[in-house]
Order: sequence, then C-alpha cells, then structure tokens
Amino acid sequence: MTHAASRSMMGPPFPAERGVDAHNHKLGMWIFLGSEIMFFTALIGSYIILRFAAPGEWPKPGVVLNVPVTAFNTFLLICSSVSMVKAFAAIADGNPKKLNFWLLMTILGGAMFVGIQVYEYLHLVHRGFIPSGAREGSELAELVATGTLPGATMGLYGSTFYIMTGFHGFHVTCGVISMLYIYLTRALRGKYTQQDYRGVEAIGLYWHFVDLVWIILFTIVYLI
Amino acid sequence: MTTAAAMPHVGHGEHAPMGFWRKYIFSTDHKIIGIQFLFLSLFFLLVGGLLAMQMRWQLAYPGQPMPGGSILPESMAPGGILLPEYYIQLVTMHGTFMVFFAIMPLLVGVYANFLIPLKIGAHDMAFPRINMASFWTAFLAGGVMLASLFVPEGASRAGWTVYAPLSARPDLSGVLLGQQLWSVSITLLGLSSILGSVNYITTVINNRAPGMTWFRLPLSVWALFITAILGILALPVLSGAAIMLLFDQTIGTHFFDPPAGGQALLWQHLFWFFGHPEVYILILPAMGMVSDILANGSRKPIFGYHSMVFAIVGIGFLGWIVWGHHMFMSGMNPTLGSSFMISTMVIAVPSAIKVFNWMGTMWRGNLRFHVPMMHAVAFVAMFAIGGLSGIFMAATPVDMFIHDTYFIVAHLHYVLFGGSLFALFGAITYWYPKMFGRVMHPGWGKIHFWLTFLFYNMTFFPMHNIGMAGHMRRIYDPTVYEFLQPYQWTNKFITVSAFCLFSVQLIFFINFWWSLWRGKQPEQNPWHDNGLEWSLPNPAPHGNWERVPSVYRGPYEFSSPEVEEDYLPQNRKLPKDPEPPVLTGAVS
Repeated sequence: MTHAASRSMMGPPFPAERGVDAHNHKLGMWIFLGSEIMFFTALIGSYIILRFAAPGEWPKPGVVLNVPVTAFNTFLLICSSVSMVKAFAAIADGNPKKLNFWLLMTILGGAMFVGIQVYEYLHLVHRGFIPSGAREGSELAELVATGTLPGATMGLYGSTFYIMTGFHGFHVTCGVISMLYIYLTRALRGKYTQQDYRGVEAIGLYWHFVDLVWIILFTIVYLI
Repeated sequence: MTTAAAMPHVGHGEHAPMGFWRKYIFSTDHKIIGIQFLFLSLFFLLVGGLLAMQMRWQLAYPGQPMPGGSILPESMAPGGILLPEYYIQLVTMHGTFMVFFAIMPLLVGVYANFLIPLKIGAHDMAFPRINMASFWTAFLAGGVMLASLFVPEGASRAGWTVYAPLSARPDLSGVLLGQQLWSVSITLLGLSSILGSVNYITTVINNRAPGMTWFRLPLSVWALFITAILGILALPVLSGAAIMLLFDQTIGTHFFDPPAGGQALLWQHLFWFFGHPEVYILILPAMGMVSDILANGSRKPIFGYHSMVFAIVGIGFLGWIVWGHHMFMSGMNPTLGSSFMISTMVIAVPSAIKVFNWMGTMWRGNLRFHVPMMHAVAFVAMFAIGGLSGIFMAATPVDMFIHDTYFIVAHLHYVLFGGSLFALFGAITYWYPKMFGRVMHPGWGKIHFWLTFLFYNMTFFPMHNIGMAGHMRRIYDPTVYEFLQPYQWTNKFITVSAFCLFSVQLIFFINFWWSLWRGKQPEQNPWHDNGLEWSLPNPAPHGNWERVPSVYRGPYEFSSPEVEEDYLPQNRKLPKDPEPPVLTGAVS
C-alpha cells in the first residue's frame, strides 16, 4: 500500500482520496482565512459606511495618529513576512537550523509590532483619544474646541480606529503565540523535516494574511 | 499549526483504553462530539419550548396568573402574572435559543459531525482536536446565554434580532448585563461554528474514501458541505457585528448610536447579511437528510440527483443576495427593494426543484412508512406550505401589509418547526441505531409523529389568519387592541394546541431515554440502506474502519436489477465493478 509510505509523511494515517493537491493543514487554513476575510470585511465595511455617512468632516490624517511611527511598524511587519518566507524556504530546502533562525526572527518582528502598537495606544489614550472619542479635558478635546478636529465625528473615528486596529493587533498576537508554540514544541526539537513541514506552511499563510490586512488598514485608517 | 501532533490513535483500531473523561467528555471522536451536541441542543430545545409555553399563556390569558408561575421570582412574574419586561425576554430568548442553540447545533453540530466521516468513509474529522474545541466553545456559549436569564434585570429585551439602538443603549431597553452576555455568547457561538465548518469542509474535500467521487456523495453530505461554506462566511459577520454591539454597550463606541453619528440600520444590514444565509444553514441539512430518508423509504433512487445537488448549490449562492427582504420596512430605496424582491423570488426555483424531486422520488415507489419516512414526508408537505408563504412576504407590497405580524411567525415556524424539526425527528430516529446501538420504539414513534403533526398544524396554521388580521408580533397583551378582540378565541385555541404540542414531545423524550437502555438491538443495517455508515457495527467504534471501504457507486441504488436485495450498498463490489484508484497525493 502506498499509504504506509505516505503515513510518515502525512502524519495522520488517512489513506483517503485527496480532493485537492493540498494537505489538510493547508486547506483548512485557507478555509479559515476565508472566514477571517469575512470578519475583517464586516469591520472594514462598517468603517466605510460610517465614514461616508458621517455627520460632518472626518479628522485629517496625522492630527491624532502618529503616521511615521506606524509607517515604521508597517515596514517591520512586512519584514517579518519576508522572514516567514525565508523560514519556509529553509525547511523546504531541508535546513532546520535556518528554519529556527528565521522563525525566531518572524516571532521577534511580530512581537515588536505588537509592542509598538501597545505603545501607540498608550500614547493615544494619554492624549485623550479613546474609543468613544476625545476624552473631556484632554489635549484632543482642546483641539476639538479650537476646531482643529471635528467634534461631530470624533466618536466614530475612535470607535472604528480602535476596533479595526485592535482586532488586527489581536490577530498578530495570536500569530506570535502560535509561532512561539510551534517554535518551542516542534521546530527546536527538530520535528520539521523536508518531508513534513505542514505546520510552518499553515502558520505562514496566516502570517501573510495578517500582514496583508495590515497594509489595507494602514492605508485606509492612517493615510486617507 | 498546532494540530500537527494530534490524533496519534486515529484509524489504527488499536487504541489504548481511555478513561471516562477522555472517552466521553473531552473526546476527539467525531461520533462522541456529535452525541454531545445532540444532548446539548435537545436540552436547549426543551428550554426554548418552555419559554414558548409561557408566551402562549400570556397571549391567551393576559393578566391571569400562570399555572406554576409562582415559582418564578418577583422580577419575572409577581404572583404568577408575567411582567411585560419578562415577556419580551421570553420572546428574545425563545428565538435565540431555538435558532442558535437548538436547531442550528442539532442540524450542523450533531449531523455534520456524526454523518460526514461515516458517510464519506473517513476515520475521523480532519482536525479532531479543533472539533472538540468547537463543541466546548458552543457549550460555553450556551452556558453564557442561559446565565443571562438569571442576572439582575434579566436577559436581552431586544428580540432575537437584537435591533439597534434598542440593544445598544441600556437606557432604552433597561437591561445592560443581559444584553452584554447575549453579545458575548453569540460571538463565542460564531467562533464555534467557524471551527466546526473548517473541519467539515476540509474533511469533505480531502478525506473521502477511494471511489467516493463528488457525485457519489449522499445528498446529506452535499447539503452539510454547502451549509458549512455558508457558515464559514456568514458567522464571522455576525461575530464582528456582535463585537461592535458589545463595544457599544461596554466601552462607549458609537457604531449603532445615531446621535453620535452611528447607524442603526448598519446593525440590520450586518445582522441580515448573516441572517439570511443562516436561514439556509437551518434548512439545507434538513433537506439533505430528508433526501436520504425519502429515497430509503421509497426504495427508489432519488429523483434527479444532479439537479438536487445543483439546487443545494443554487440555494447556497442565492442566499447571499437576498438579505434586504428582511428590511423592506426599514426604509429602503424602492429600486433596491425591487432587486431584493426578485432575487428572493428566484430562490423559489431551486426550492421547488427539490420539492418536485422529492415527490418524483416517492412516485410509484415501494413506500415503507417507517418512522423516519413519516417525518420526511411531513417535512416535504410542511416545507411546501412554509415555502409558499415565504413567497408572499418576498413581494414587497404584500410584505408591507404582513410585516411584523403573526403571518411571519407562522411562516418561520412552518419552515423551522415543520421543516427542520420534523426532519430532525426523522434523522434522530434514523441514525439512532448508529449512535447508540439501539432502535427507538417504532410504535411510540408513530404515535409521537401523528400527535405532533396534528397539534403542530393546529398551533401554527391559525397564526396565518390572525396575522392577516393584523395581530402584531411580540405584543404583550392582544386584548387591549379592539380590532384583535374577535380573534382572542383563536389565540386561546393556539395556546391550547401549543400546550398539547409541547406535552406530546414527552412521548419522544421518554422514547429517547427508554430506548437508550431498553431499545431493541438492531441488525447491522436496520433500514436496508446503502450508506457507508451501515457497513460498520452499531455503534461504530472509535476510528470507524480498520481500513476504509472502497466505493463503487452512488448512494441511492435501491431496487437495482443487478442484485436480489432491493438495496445495493455503496461499498459492495459486484464482479463488473473496477477497483477505484487510491490517491494519496503529494505533500505540497
């Protein structure tokens, strides 16, 4: 039986017909990403609707948010996607040491992204930018009073900013934790081989998706 | 992913003996998970029914103390008389429990889990541990929703659709914690469904037995597969919306808060963008299982197998572009309303294809009216009535007249109870031997069927009439409206019928539990069916087959001239059948 040979490759012994040329981990991750697309579509679609129907002007980019810092953070996340590709290519070449190195780089990149985002949030809250708008008596409330920021839409601005970037940050955090888990329990123990690196492939897909969502969010939240 | 190390024991048939907890509670076996979902959702079916009985009492005898109502606390029913605040909670929670925690897990949680691997010839789901997580997330969601009934101020009061801003603003509804728990619970339930659906889709695509081609899949598997696709795309939208709602209630965001620039209609769009695919999540699996049972009971191949498949796919697709028909009265551009009206009416085409194919299946068949077959035939009849009344409300001008009346209530119960629940009674009876190794008592099953069928129609059919007369949904006391005075006797008639309907479910309940221990032990293939699941002993062992069977034909070869028996199982090899190729595929 060919499936005896494939069993070591495939892990779980499924001597089944394969509908598509993708193992279960890869297929399952693609399907899961389909649901993730719908989730972010719900959030981003709501943002678009609320912004276009907003009762007044939308706050100008750069007044509340620190665009250069986040631009750097975006660059960092793109770099971590590159290191993910390097990790994947390393194990496909049968080089577990390089896999471990690049996986660790990806984890660090993701963790730094989350760290910078937390710093950004703390800074924003300190200046008075909270999910319900501009906090009373804060620096931003003064900007609203002087007319630099539109008062009518600050509530929507805060709501949509925090839910979109927050859930993206949550996804990055989940990705970092998952990568750390497979790094410690599998990669470091040499369980990924040139024949079987399904876990790396699946988490890689997830990571690129999270990166892609961020590029969209950075564009629509920070730049326009 | 983290499941790479999972399931070392699957498919070997040499499992180490497992303790009670691993085997029955934190099980990764798809059959046990299906049975866990069965008990969970039957419990919520009972809870939802109890809530409905209280509503019916109030509608027939408003202001009178409910028998047994004195056990309810002062905040719900002082002296046994239901408060309006409690009544609207009953309305909300009846709908929520029945849709999200009874019918949906019964159809998808139970039968997608139980049937898919057995019917396609797989050892288990693609990701057994994710499957277990799916059940326990649903369990947690159910617990949170149940708890919301008992917190101060009680459960959500915004109806099962929790329209904003009523749901988003506690100052309007008078309830904060209960509404927050609703949002949390629904978010968790969405997560559970997503985890389950990832499993179902991956398993159907990748883990079919040799020879089990797409067009040899039983229609139940086709329906569950399309349902899973609907679930994976619809549930995240609901979860996203529920999270926004939760944030509105909790941290002061303004998504659905019009004075601060939010959009109350946005909630309706998000909810129904999920909600209409959800309607088909609640009926497609029932259609699939009814197709299997009807072909078995008619001893004939299903009529128009391919058209049945394409009708399922068509309904699944059209379900995405009709959500606006729930919102004709919410303020909608008439042009947009017309397009929603037309797309909704188009759904009648695949639905009618299915109904006619079911009748074609039965036509001149060698009918065997076993209990599942009776329920399946009732499904077809009741679904036809519910489907036809659906066309009424698809027409915008008619909908403006019947919107938010008991006509809608009648319609949705004809498809959900008359449709889905009859199919489920049939399915539970049909696959009971496979689940528990016993047969439910057929005599009591028939008595239960006839009484349910009778009282069900007596309960829900008159709702069409009072709905046409203008009886509103969700009203606390119909007697205060002069124009409803002539219909109060109808309300009483409905209530008495509903009490009878609820009571005769006791027969099913007792039969279910009695049969668990005392039911007759069946032969291996008690219904003489063709599905792969009947090639296993009852109940099937963990890991199902030692070696998965090969499949030589479709699932509906009844009364085939090639064999003496009137059924020809999918895995029975006749001399002329070539061996199907075993494809193992490459790791890529």
